[in-house]
Amino acid sequence: MAKTLFDKLWQEHEIETLSERESLLYIDRIFLHERTGSVALNSLLECGRQVRRKEHAFCTMDHIVDTFPGRGDNTLMPSGQDFILATRSAARETGIRLFDIQDPDQGIVHVISPELGIALPGLSLICPDSHTCTLGGLGALAWGVGSTEAEHALATSTLRVTRPGTMQILFEGSLPSGVTAKDLMLHTIRELSAAGGAGYAIEFAGEAIEALSVEARLTLCNMATELSAFTGLIAPDLVVLEYCKGRQFAPSGADWEQALAHWRSLRSDEGARFDCNRRLSVDALKPQLSWGTSPQYCIAWDERVPCAADASTEAESSVWQRMQDYMGLAGGSRLSDYPIDAAFIGSCTNSRLSDLQLAADYLLRTGHRVARGVKALCVPGSGRVKREAEAQGLHEVFKSAGFEWREPGCSMCFYAGGESFGDRARIASTTNRNFEGRQGIGSRTHLGSPLTVVASACAGYLTADTTA
Amino acid sequence: MTPFTRHIGVTAPLLRDNIDTDTIIPSREMRTVSRTGLAEGLFAPWRYTDPDARSPEHSFVLNLEAFAGASILLAGQNFGCGSSREHAVWALIESGFRVVIAPSFATIFRNNALRNGLLTVSLDENLIRGIREWVEVNPRHHLVEVDLEKCVLIADSALAPIPFVIDPLSRTMLLEGLDEIGLTEQSLDSIAAFEASDRKRRSWVYLGDA
Ligand code: SF4
Repeated sequence: MAKTLFDKLWQEHEIETLSERESLLYIDRIFLHERTGSVALNSLLECGRQVRRKEHAFCTMDHIVDTFPGRGDNTLMPSGQDFILATRSAARETGIRLFDIQDPDQGIVHVISPELGIALPGLSLICPDSHTCTLGGLGALAWGVGSTEAEHALATSTLRVTRPGTMQILFEGSLPSGVTAKDLMLHTIRELSAAGGAGYAIEFAGEAIEALSVEARLTLCNMATELSAFTGLIAPDLVVLEYCKGRQFAPSGADWEQALAHWRSLRSDEGARFDCNRRLSVDALKPQLSWGTSPQYCIAWDERVPCAADASTEAESSVWQRMQDYMGLAGGSRLSDYPIDAAFIGSCTNSRLSDLQLAADYLLRTGHRVARGVKALCVPGSGRVKREAEAQGLHEVFKSAGFEWREPGCSMCFYAGGESFGDRARIASTTNRNFEGRQGIGSRTHLGSPLTVVASACAGYLTADTTA
Repeated sequence: MTPFTRHIGVTAPLLRDNIDTDTIIPSREMRTVSRTGLAEGLFAPWRYTDPDARSPEHSFVLNLEAFAGASILLAGQNFGCGSSREHAVWALIESGFRVVIAPSFATIFRNNALRNGLLTVSLDENLIRGIREWVEVNPRHHLVEVDLEKCVLIADSALAPIPFVIDPLSRTMLLEGLDEIGLTEQSLDSIAAFEASDRKRRSWVYLGDA
């Protein structure tokens, strides 16, 4: 019978069927970070258990660690250092590989795992972090779990998993120039809603997907969790196989040949049936910006903010009103009416080399600088991204335009109690969540692509790149 | 994990959709490398006018006298979306909650909840609105009863019990308060057997010389 990519991945990792819908799955790779991974490791040790396969478990410092130049174990987050020290000592005790603060390969977990070849097509990979679905962009079966499940996987190399349904989203047409994977995903979330993927593993397909670079695929799958999906997936093609070749933890020699043969089978068979099918046309897509406090509330950058009175139900109307009060926006206005206080380029969504190149290219092409009064930050996703960007001189481009150039980490993607942009700051941000308070108390986050964020930073108000 | 069989309690309605885990427990409230010390931070952005000073927002449902000690939460759809932080579940439990009732839950949140003995019940939105109306008449006396053995919920003694569905394995785990790792460790032989045959098909997966 014709199978979907997800069916194949599931079957390959199934050890036992536990019930009609639940299976014991083999977990090939576990990644941890100091925020939630430290709890899992500590709890494992407290129970007197060990990491069953320590060579398959990895850990990084990304969430709490500061991103200021010259940083150490101290952080602006109160008690932040406790997490760093606890993670370091638990990693030592369990013998798992830690990408510590001074490690040249340290960085955001979902940025370094593909970079190092820890995430690969066909692998099952979990991390106590909801954006683990990023790695579906390579064709890995990757999803986020809680600390208790991470502990389970560390102790047994398995997880008990309820099987999700399958959904295919087929994108028709091709993306106009200047419109990125980020815009595509924001638009998709708007169309399906923040709960639109609940209970599904979603495979993204179509010409527009095939045309995406590997990094853009990671950006797209990164936000599958914003659809409440189990995970997002893209069938690996030649571009992905080429990307994986020669990476530190990727197979080589005879193993590489075996892996290649396996990876070539990782696609949905002709005629495979999905539990749900969606089609979205992308030909006329414009750069997107969010206006509300859930990623589903976004519009094309030049569209008007909807009026609460136009909502289809009373409940919806009050939700819109509430969000607009929080965001300090008026229904019917344009986003360009609103000056911004800050601009942030970074996070596991948009901190890879191509994201930085896109923004730097805008600065070079236009000669624009960051507008007066806007605090602008560029935070590379990993040590490697930073090195490669610096080798191309991108750091100079950012700095001379008025951006701060930081050390790798999650940084201002979320507020840990330390650094923030200030109460009620309006932020153009390449991150994935615009929840209330996500980037600081009262923060007003507008999600957009690196191109939209850099253009907004230079304009001083919300806008897209209108120069191309 | 504490077993869950039957629970009766005060029910607090918070019928907003997409309540995310950043709101349930903001990152800045997760101050130690442990599962405890989180109750004060529960719903901090909504519960306090100034979270740092802990000045209460008097209109927030959990600050209302009538809902003091609530142990059942009624919520909108997609409850627990966003960050995977299990702290959201730990904070609810530490604050005395045993059950969350919502039209739908984010998967990671639901898994986290079940593994910590917090029961999640998915019910139709209309039923949830009905329960809210009944509860709000007299929160301290209109208690809701949740019976996991029979998989029913009683929200109004004058009305028929409301059945709910939960997958059998999760139900057993909750009823017996099982430690899931211990349970899986009984399958260590089949895990090893899987690895032995998997190594032939996918030798490239196995790093190191273990
Ligand atoms: S960059 Fe942001 S979304 Fe990504 S892992 Fe870090 S905190 Fe989470």
